[in-house]
Amino acid sequence: MQIVPEITRRSIENLVGNDKREDGRALDEYRDISIETNVISKAEGSARVKIGGTQVIVGIKPQLGSPFPDTPDLGVLMTNCEMLPMADPTFEPGPPSEDSIELARVVDRGIRESELVELDKLCVEEGKHVWMLFIDLHIIDNCGNLFDACELAVMAALKTTKLPVATIVDEEVVLSEDETFDLPINNELALCTFVKIGDKIVIDPTLSEESVASARLNVGVTKDGHICSMQKGGKEPLTKDDILFAVNLAVKKTKELIEHL
Amino acid sequence: MSDIIRDDGRKFDELRPIKIEAGVLERADGSAYLEVGGNKILVAVYGPRESYIRRLLEPNTGVIRCRYNMAPFSVDDRKRPGPDRRSSEISKITADALRPALMLENYPRSMIDIYIEVIEAEGGTRCAGITAASVALVDAGIPMKDIVVGCAAGKVYDEIVLDLSEKEDKEGQADVPIAMMPRTGEITLLQSDGDLTEEEFAKAIDLAMEGCRKVNEIQKEALMKKYSIE
Amino acid sequence: MIHVENKDLVIPGQILADDEYYSGRGTFKENGKVCSSLLGRVSLRNKKIRVIPLKSKYVPKKGDVVIGKIKDVRFSMWDVDINSPYSGILPAFEVFGREKKELNKVYDVGDVLFLRVVDVDEIKKAKLGLKGRGMGKFKGGIIVDIAPTKVPRLIGKKGSMINMIKDKTKCKIVVGQNGLVWVKGNEDMEQLTREIIHLIEAEAHTSGLTNKIKNKLYLAIDGELPPEEVEETEEEFVLEKPKLQNFKEELEQEEKEAEEKAAAEEAEEAEESEEAEEAEEEKEKKEKPDIGEVIEEFKRKNKSKDGSLSYGDNSNNSFILNNK
Repeated sequence: MQIVPEITRRSIENLVGNDKREDGRALDEYRDISIETNVISKAEGSARVKIGGTQVIVGIKPQLGSPFPDTPDLGVLMTNCEMLPMADPTFEPGPPSEDSIELARVVDRGIRESELVELDKLCVEEGKHVWMLFIDLHIIDNCGNLFDACELAVMAALKTTKLPVATIVDEEVVLSEDETFDLPINNELALCTFVKIGDKIVIDPTLSEESVASARLNVGVTKDGHICSMQKGGKEPLTKDDILFAVNLAVKKTKELIEHL
Repeated sequence: MSDIIRDDGRKFDELRPIKIEAGVLERADGSAYLEVGGNKILVAVYGPRESYIRRLLEPNTGVIRCRYNMAPFSVDDRKRPGPDRRSSEISKITADALRPALMLENYPRSMIDIYIEVIEAEGGTRCAGITAASVALVDAGIPMKDIVVGCAAGKVYDEIVLDLSEKEDKEGQADVPIAMMPRTGEITLLQSDGDLTEEEFAKAIDLAMEGCRKVNEIQKEALMKKYSIE
Repeated sequence: MIHVENKDLVIPGQILADDEYYSGRGTFKENGKVCSSLLGRVSLRNKKIRVIPLKSKYVPKKGDVVIGKIKDVRFSMWDVDINSPYSGILPAFEVFGREKKELNKVYDVGDVLFLRVVDVDEIKKAKLGLKGRGMGKFKGGIIVDIAPTKVPRLIGKKGSMINMIKDKTKCKIVVGQNGLVWVKGNEDMEQLTREIIHLIEAEAHTSGLTNKIKNKLYLAIDGELPPEEVEETEEEFVLEKPKLQNFKEELEQEEKEAEEKAAAEEAEEAEESEEAEEAEEEKEKKEKPDIGEVIEEFKRKNKSKDGSLSYGDNSNNSFILNNK
């Protein structure tokens, strides 16, 4: 665990208190964002996203599998996240930590609840064969705000995912060698992450801002302005006003984020 | 023999296109990115740093620990995340391949961590990992006797060829990955699987060493490019 | 035979010279060749080759001044993170002698202190103390971290760089040899200083840096470039100009300036890790008495420059010049 020097905590709190930040941004301003898609030719969908120094790679691999009994005609989404030890001196090798599972689940929730992937079109044979999409997130450089980077990466990768056309011949699934179809996507979404420092709400926190923040809030908003997922994190509480302020800002900022896709 | 052309159009002693970049990550003490053929490898180095794993430390020198890991999306069929027997072995031999070059006497009881991530795999990832790891170690400012470099030769359709692609590795009869320190020509990694006559093996190792020297030039260029004054 | 020139960028394993050259820090000798063991720049003086690393972790040395962070409070000592593979301890008796006090009431986890390395044991653990001007806990300000190898550049000859920043930003600045820098002043000036320090770190190897930083400072603070920039730098360089070159007085002014600049750059380079150099010189002298004369002269020549070092033994306070 990294101990934050008391004077660093103090100086960041003072800066934010005066509506300033270490890197000169406004409190509601993102760092530079860049998105590249189709970065891995062996994956059916992939993207690399940078927000400032933060860098994540996502790869999407489809597999044929059995549907869940309660949704026999729907495809399946699985999101997994590896906070690689290469990304941060405090990340340890080994099975996913609580933080990494939370990150994967929050990212997954946005995609799932916005229903932007048309899962019914991923059914090959009802009750027997459906497409399962494995969304694997690789965190390679952690400079803060992994949540938003991951959600953008997944969104960008989904939009470029192509699946092989599957047909049933003599009760067997046959995959076309050259024919593919675009993963059916009917919406777009972004996640906006806020932290509370002192009594101010700050968007897209850097690592040092995260380290001194008292609380965190992730807000997932679709292109049409609907809120589809939220998560509060951190040790301290938030007020209702904090939350409403963040949600309002998230709705505005989402449009900006989606433009990068 | 020299005029055979391989499936991907290469000559017997030709490397796949290769690209190396040093210092690509913010947080790591040193890092490198390498592409060779369809391989994409990212390496980060942390250290020398304090380690709480006491039993790994040595009183008179620094130690290295290596983790080779394949991304689930790096191969055709999704790989389950986490280490398996193959990646554990590669982690070990990679550390063994790099260790002879390191000069860590000034860092007793410290640890250097090397994290090799295979983002995309297309044959020869262990050699590519070693090559990239060396660049990342240099980038981290670790003292070394030489820059270790890896390359493989093998036997495909009865011919000894350099730097096997994934397809050649699958269809071929033998694969001989090596790593060496180019200045002295000392070999720090050697594996061989498949069927070779003594003569073929000698030919393969010569070819692999020649390949290593070529790759070494690319390593040097990458470092010079990153750090020379514009 | 030598294969490189002064200030060349070299990489580990690169052959630098043949047998008649001496292997200094950052190099090793193998089969009669001097080779580099680091990514760094060549520093060539007489027949001795060193490589000054671009990056390197801080390893504590007795007498160093460092900035450390309290990471734990124990029975009779503090554990201190000194930005190094090796941690430091600050024994309670270094702070209040035999008096009994509750340690965490004095310094608590997260406090940042200016400390001296009192001793380094065989496993490189650093024993720290607070004897010296300005030592103790920092109140307020910010911490900036840079590569420890860039510290001499940040300080500059005789503190020229750091003093210029202090004067212009009106910030107090304390530099630890472990690469941590404490800055305190006006909030905006603190941030500007952080930016400037990182710029120096990034461009440490370029020439004319002092001027560049000066321009940037003036532009940021006054909105205009500084007056008589050439003059000031010249004065600074003249001080470093070796006496031996006086016979060239007759030369054209332009040519002279160029030379002074080159000499000054050399001196800048020399400044880096001078201390270690001297220790090594001492060692080498014992080992190779036959070259003693060369080294004596070498040392004599360097003596004049030693006075300009920012952290010689007698200049602890040069780190906190702005304590007016």
